[in-house]
Amino acid sequence: MSSISQNAPGKVALLMGNEAIARGALEAGVKVCAAYPGNPSSEIIGTLAGVADEMGLHVEWSVNEKVALEVAAAASLAGLRGLCAMKQNGLNVASDFLLNLNLTGTRGGLVVVVADDPAGVSSSNEEDSRIFAKLGDLPLLEPATIQEAKEMTREAFSLSEKLGLPVMIRSVTRVSHARGNVSLDELPQSGPKPGFDLSQPRCAFPALPNHRLLHERFQRAKEMSEESPFNFYRGPERPDLVVITSGSGYLYSLEAAINLKIEERVGILKLGMTWPLPEAFVLGYLREAGNFLFIEEVDPFLENNVKELFAQNCFDIGVKRFHGKADGMVPDVGELNPEIVTAAMENLLNVRHLPRPENYSRIAREAAAGLVPARALGFCAGCPHRATYWAIKLALALDGRNGFVLGDIGCYSLGMGPSGFAQMKTLHAMGSGVGLACGFGQLERFGLEQPVVAVCGDSTFYHAAIPALINARYNGANFLLLLLDNNATAMTGFQPHPGTGLTATGDKTPVIDLRAICEVFGASVEVVDPFDVESTVEMILRMIRTEKGVHPVRNPNCCNLELSETSNQKMEKGEIISNGVKVLILRRECALVSAKRQKKLFRIEVDQERCLGEACGCNRLCTRIFKCPGLMWDQATGRARIDEAICTGCGVCTEICPASAIRKEAA
Amino acid sequence: MFLPKDPFNVIIGGVGGQGNVLASQILGETLVAQGYVITIGETYGASQRGGSVMSHLRISAKNPFSPLIPEGQGDLLVALEPVEGLRILAPYGNPNIMTLLNTRPIHPIEVISGDADYPEVSKVIATIKDLSSRIWTLNATEIALEMGDSIFSNIVMLGALSSIQVLPIDRQTFQSVIKELLPSRTIEENMSAFDRGRAEVEEVTKNKPVSSRGGGEN
Ligand code: SF4
Ligand code: SF4
Repeated sequence: MSSISQNAPGKVALLMGNEAIARGALEAGVKVCAAYPGNPSSEIIGTLAGVADEMGLHVEWSVNEKVALEVAAAASLAGLRGLCAMKQNGLNVASDFLLNLNLTGTRGGLVVVVADDPAGVSSSNEEDSRIFAKLGDLPLLEPATIQEAKEMTREAFSLSEKLGLPVMIRSVTRVSHARGNVSLDELPQSGPKPGFDLSQPRCAFPALPNHRLLHERFQRAKEMSEESPFNFYRGPERPDLVVITSGSGYLYSLEAAINLKIEERVGILKLGMTWPLPEAFVLGYLREAGNFLFIEEVDPFLENNVKELFAQNCFDIGVKRFHGKADGMVPDVGELNPEIVTAAMENLLNVRHLPRPENYSRIAREAAAGLVPARALGFCAGCPHRATYWAIKLALALDGRNGFVLGDIGCYSLGMGPSGFAQMKTLHAMGSGVGLACGFGQLERFGLEQPVVAVCGDSTFYHAAIPALINARYNGANFLLLLLDNNATAMTGFQPHPGTGLTATGDKTPVIDLRAICEVFGASVEVVDPFDVESTVEMILRMIRTEKGVHPVRNPNCCNLELSETSNQKMEKGEIISNGVKVLILRRECALVSAKRQKKLFRIEVDQERCLGEACGCNRLCTRIFKCPGLMWDQATGRARIDEAICTGCGVCTEICPASAIRKEAA
Repeated sequence: MFLPKDPFNVIIGGVGGQGNVLASQILGETLVAQGYVITIGETYGASQRGGSVMSHLRISAKNPFSPLIPEGQGDLLVALEPVEGLRILAPYGNPNIMTLLNTRPIHPIEVISGDADYPEVSKVIATIKDLSSRIWTLNATEIALEMGDSIFSNIVMLGALSSIQVLPIDRQTFQSVIKELLPSRTIEENMSAFDRGRAEVEEVTKNKPVSSRGGGEN
């Protein structure tokens, strides 16, 4: 398929930053690669998994980032080269191990790639992972271009071996998810044989001598940082302004200086090895210039480190001006872009650049403001999560006790927004919904009367929720856990996980069954298909009732918020599930995964005669409330209709229309 | 054909699920095969459909540029959806920008739910025309649906792009690129999608206003 595994030195390929990192690892002779998927890092391991067989690698999707790092570290301790990739949140999970591994040291090159997501475009948080390099005295590299992403990764392995330390590479979305020309180098043909050296046990304890050893290694890293070819200066000898930058900031700074026609006045000090800081190298420029601007993504990492260096040396080098996040010259949250960098340079050098006539700007912006509707992210057409949240909404309304949903990370996080009917009420870390439910599930004794419901995706469950479920059972927390089993790690690109029966490289492996895991802990478990909306509502209602509170099922005065006669009777008679943790598995494959494999389930049509139009009982329930993007509201006829370019034919909306106007037919 | 400008800045924009990212990758590979230096920046979050997505392509004879085009500096806009085209012109347009537009709307959930209105497509096209130096249109989604699946609409658009002669995209290089990137059983269908886009794109001029086919539906 791709050029990734071609041994074609000199060939130029268009690679994504993450593919370039993968290629760099291959050129370094990596043998073991592991990760848990997380944007924007996922394609690193995805790419390596695709060539694992032909290149003779072990590549795995590990159950979480800590285990992934342990797997890659084992390769290193056996003398092989290992790579572990993750997003910023993943490093939080892996950090416990990382901050002990730095004390024992490593053997074969070990590279930890962390791809940060500035602005948290596909993350719960915005976080600067570089702080961990400082925390653990670890060498840190930051690629600025796609070519550099490859070179740095290759170099990181030898750096790691020279120092006996894991080396961190910090990428960002605009490097990991950008594409660019990359010139390839040679792939090695052979590698060492692994073995664990019995004379060298790896024990972090006792901390003191190991901490001292770490500092000695860090001293050597400092020397290497001074020599690093990834640190360089571009610009005039006597600049009016020196931009100190790393990562994505480098190309923005270069281009801004060109556009502003100030290349003769601005120098760019581009740092690639940013920890340990190349102090002597940076000090040289601190001495020469008077005015500095820091351009970097997320936290003022370079800014603070360089200021520290300045403070140490200010007697010798005199007064300097520093601009960046501290003085507000650059925003202290969010992603960088060309406009931010241009504006900072304009302000500091008192120049102006007008990319287009002002008149045009005004007309274009006004036209867009007047005509262009907002377009929020939402669940895909035919997504099982929309059906799930619809059922939750109905069940909690029918129950009538203000039950609430605790959630976490996955596509289903959109349950906080309109396409999940704003049902999810908390969102923090992986597995945190279940952990919080362990706590909320204890509050009944203090008078909490609301039913507690947690949602958790299948992949997230294996990653972080199993200990919380054990805790719930052990300590007798009372809640309902809804496991949203769509058979994929959907949000990051449909990677397999332990429940899918497939490994990263596509090999068959035993399925680790969700239901069996929950039952082993003694939780009562039911399984339902969320596309069967009525059964799902009934099941949720049954499972949130407790011994203490048997609540009559109300029929709130709203169309379709009503169970059929029979299920209502069943509910009244139905046995009450005892207190404690209960698990309902909502099993239905991700719409995008099934679309890859099979054609539409149903052909859907809105009967234009039957559709009640604006007079619809619940104010156009299908479009105004249910909001599947496969539906449209036809202004001209005042009727709902299906958009055949979008509808996946799941058939869920046919259950929702009170007039039975939406019909399905086997496709 | 050489570049009218260096870097030449192309924006491909649309709605998640329309194959925006794949289109930018195919276009990028086609140009790299001809010796250009390409940088592509993608603006997409999670895998869900429904949000606005945008790819920035910087095409240069010699240097990599940043993966984001500075505001006001788009040279060519390929809009896979009408209001998305206008949304992009607001920050990135300028009097010289050229626009290639798929006229078929995709309604955002805000419109489906009745919280916002989708403007008349003819009005959107007229506004984009005013903001562009040249504009070409076709209903790529309709063509793709006629071929059996809306999934082909991005390839129809690339065919159209090759026919308007702004960028050096020849049929043969395109074919060799998709042979590398797409499953072999789909190559024939994708080539006919490409050819239909080539054949059916039309420039909107004063004397030749939007045709009924090009006008799309609302
Ligand atoms: S059948 Fe209905 S709910 Fe399912 S994708 Fe189509 S429009 Fe959406
Ligand atoms: S399709 Fe059904 S739910 Fe939608 S507006 Fe018509 S009657 Fe109401």
